[in-house]
Amino acid sequence: MIELNVAIKNKHYGDGENTVLAKMGFSVKKGEFVAIVGPSGCGKTTLLNMISGLESCSGQHISYCNNPSNNIDKCQLGYIFQQPRLMPWLTVRENIELVLQPEEYHQVDDLLTQVGLANKGEYFPRQLSGGMQRRVSIARAFAINPKLLLLDEPFNSLDAPTATRLRQLLIELCRQKGTTVVFVTHDLQEAIYLADRILFMSDSPSTIIHQSIVDLPKPRRESGVAELAWQAQLMATYPHLLAGRID
Amino acid sequence: MKLFFSKNDVTTKSVIAKQGFRKGALPMRFSKELFSFICLRLVILSALALTWQGMAWLIASPDFPSFLAVIKSMHYHLNEGEMVANILITLRRALLSFIIAMLLGGLLGILMGIHAWVNKLTDSLLIILLNIPALVTILLSYIWFGLVEAAAIAAVVINKIPTVVVMLREGARAVDKDLLAVAKVYQLSPSKTFFSVFLPQLYPFIIASARSGLSLIWKIVLVVELLGRSDGVGFALNTLFQFFDIAGILAYTIAFVMIILLIEALFFKPFDKLVARGTRFD
Repeated sequence: MIELNVAIKNKHYGDGENTVLAKMGFSVKKGEFVAIVGPSGCGKTTLLNMISGLESCSGQHISYCNNPSNNIDKCQLGYIFQQPRLMPWLTVRENIELVLQPEEYHQVDDLLTQVGLANKGEYFPRQLSGGMQRRVSIARAFAINPKLLLLDEPFNSLDAPTATRLRQLLIELCRQKGTTVVFVTHDLQEAIYLADRILFMSDSPSTIIHQSIVDLPKPRRESGVAELAWQAQLMATYPHLLAGRID
Repeated sequence: MKLFFSKNDVTTKSVIAKQGFRKGALPMRFSKELFSFICLRLVILSALALTWQGMAWLIASPDFPSFLAVIKSMHYHLNEGEMVANILITLRRALLSFIIAMLLGGLLGILMGIHAWVNKLTDSLLIILLNIPALVTILLSYIWFGLVEAAAIAAVVINKIPTVVVMLREGARAVDKDLLAVAKVYQLSPSKTFFSVFLPQLYPFIIASARSGLSLIWKIVLVVELLGRSDGVGFALNTLFQFFDIAGILAYTIAFVMIILLIEALFFKPFDKLVARGTRFD
């Protein structure tokens, strides 16, 4: 069952000189965890912004939730940005309540417990560490029980142990809720650790140049022997894949 | 599911308690701060009064009445004259003009900050309004609409609106688009987006504009009253000027400034807390 179908003919900025995405097409199955890997500046964030409805272009066909005629309003969509993007004037609890209806506020305590912030509800974001702020943004995204979750390199500037624990948290929450995920990263190891399938983007103007199904058993280990062997084999076959070339 | 990070959390409960973030701790913190704020002001004002009294003794001129003479005059005007009535009338005009100017100026400023076409359309008018002298607006308002209350209020409002517009336009331009994107992605209602995401970003600009606004408005109101009203502080000052009653003029000034200081302490200080929410923790 297809959860997300993306077809973008041409996305450009300005007068058409700066084409970012060209002939971009892929679909994501329900419950699937898809990672999109590409070189820096290839348009990964633009792609997620288009899926989320923040940006658009003529000639795009993006359908959600197993219905070609569905627009984004009919699909519960969560988005975890590169930066946590919490409202600094709201407490942690209020930041999560912001995306909920009043009758759903009782869920907040459970969510905070799930992300390990049970006693931090009355704190303001600036009183929290970077890792804690990310966890609040994860809790906010899962508060709406998203059918489709978009993540834009959310663990980028974190130290390695924090990033590892947040990845585990993400895997656990996605498993519990059966969420379909599109995860953008430039880190192939992270993609192998998390994803069922990896799509590789070319350099700008970007298109999907390759896709690999990660047929490794779960739970996986970061930098585990099997994971590293899988990565080495892929790199041996396509040495320039991370630079956005398949030659 | 197990808890993550429980050992490595940077912020601790003791820090929270020390900084007074708990909702229950705020009223006590606030009343203490208000008390120290009022004490500090009283000390500064007392020092000013003593300096004034000393200078008046040294100069010993009828053009420079002593602080005590001014207090005596204030006592006289409070009991025998119409000081209270005049101050209330001026306050009513100032507050009415303030509210209208803040609402209209705020609305136009936000629209100009958000929509480039509104800015293009009204920018020239804004520059003209910013540079027309207050006196010209007041005179034209009285000539065109007559010596009526509405003309007086309109003159003050027209003088104040441009400065509110300028500040709120800059505020609306500085709004973080990334946070608005969060509101869009999570499909927040327009009212929730406005009141919980957009407006809080404008609070510093609204407060700055309100602070400068109140002080500007009451000064303009006095000129408006002096030129075309038969009551209010401006009218009273004009009468006192004709009798060369310098102590009376200073008594009215002190009384009105004290009321403005009180408004500042009672109404603007709590707004400072609102602006600082989640950003300043000292």
